[in-house]
Amino acid sequence: MKTFGFTISKGRQINCDELNNDKVEKLLELVPSYKWCIGCGGCTAACTAAAFSDYNIRRIHTAFYRAQYEGLDQKLQRCMLCGKCLLVCPRGVNTRSLIINMRRILANVPTNTFKQNNKEEKQ
Amino acid sequence: MKSISIIGAGPAGIEAASILAKQGVDVTIFEKSSSPMKNVADKAYLFPNFAAANDIVEAMNKKLMLPGITQQNDTDIVGLTREGQRGWKLTDSQGNSYYTDMVLLATGYTPFDAHRKEELGYSIYGGVVTSIEMERMIRYNQVANTMMEKPRRVVFLQCVGSRDEKSGNHYCSKVCCVTAVKQAIEIKKQLPDTETFIFYMDLRMWGQHFEEMYRMSQQEYGVRYVRGRISEASGTFDGRVQIKAEDTLMGMPLKMTTDLLVLMVGMEASAGTRCLAQAAGICGEYGFAQSIDPHLKDCQTTQEGLFVCGTCKRPMSINDAVNDARAAALAIIDEIK
Repeated sequence: MKTFGFTISKGRQINCDELNNDKVEKLLELVPSYKWCIGCGGCTAACTAAAFSDYNIRRIHTAFYRAQYEGLDQKLQRCMLCGKCLLVCPRGVNTRSLIINMRRILANVPTNTFKQNNKEEKQ
Repeated sequence: MKSISIIGAGPAGIEAASILAKQGVDVTIFEKSSSPMKNVADKAYLFPNFAAANDIVEAMNKKLMLPGITQQNDTDIVGLTREGQRGWKLTDSQGNSYYTDMVLLATGYTPFDAHRKEELGYSIYGGVVTSIEMERMIRYNQVANTMMEKPRRVVFLQCVGSRDEKSGNHYCSKVCCVTAVKQAIEIKKQLPDTETFIFYMDLRMWGQHFEEMYRMSQQEYGVRYVRGRISEASGTFDGRVQIKAEDTLMGMPLKMTTDLLVLMVGMEASAGTRCLAQAAGICGEYGFAQSIDPHLKDCQTTQEGLFVCGTCKRPMSINDAVNDARAAALAIIDEIK
């Protein structure tokens, strides 16, 4: 068969009926303050990593919340955990904890090990 | 003694009537339907403190009992003309005329007719309802999908008929944002397992405690927010509704199936407001009545002895309309003196 080099594009549409929300629920359990996010983008504006790369933390956590996990683990490595985002967040989201926990969930670190490290998140 | 007529027995009309009556001024209040407070009577709870709408209706009806207030229900005023020294002539749909020195227009709003947004499938798909219908479902504990089952998911869409050039309404209806937040919380209280989503362009939490309520909906009730306007709704084989929108925070199109799609319909000038504002020559933008100045003379009009209050001027919440009515009553008392 002759190949012409054409491929079928993968659908880009988010289908909310077929999402696997297990990771999202785990994240909300570990970082309950993330529920308060209003998507203002203050975190991205303040981000030291964003100034030198295409790292966009607001976009990354929004994607995570919509269960679009592909490629996020690679992107999240750019964060240097400086915590500036924590200072600017108007809703008091624990953004640094959010980043650490997204990394851990995506790397499949067992849940119980990071529950101990997240005592401050439990209210 | 000058005679005063108030047209419309909603929160604004009744409040103004009660203030005037307490000051010893006799008023006649005309209402087109058989009972006052029609729009509020259908509501369940009111933002931001979840006051029962019933209590407000009862309190307002009580105010109507004050001596000095004459109620004229089932009287649809359709004509309003100035007749020199005789003052204002009011004509009802039966052809009866009433003469009065001063008129307070409190003819209010009407909800946007959701049929006009055909792409959203109102009255085409059973799962598409308006916020007015949702309020009734909440009030009578009847939040259910088309199969009369508990809905798995309820989606709210903001700005239906507001901020929309296509429907001719460029303005913001002001109360729908917080109403959706309130209704989503109510649904979560009644049905904790139901997912609730609110699709918005901006959330305009302008009033006291509104922003706190928005936060509470996220924090305690897990209401989820998606920024983006739903472009179309279509029916599914099992009686649900599929919606399409762009998740503008993700920059990606999104689709979702839901049991109920609630259209947060905006406020438009009511038929009475349109007709009487036109007849009296105080017609402003979008058919609302026009005051002289929004800052300093917001209850007065360019016509002598004609005052305006409440949602016949612009979209308002109930408490705003009540406060505005007090201002109008004061303006009338000033004029009488």
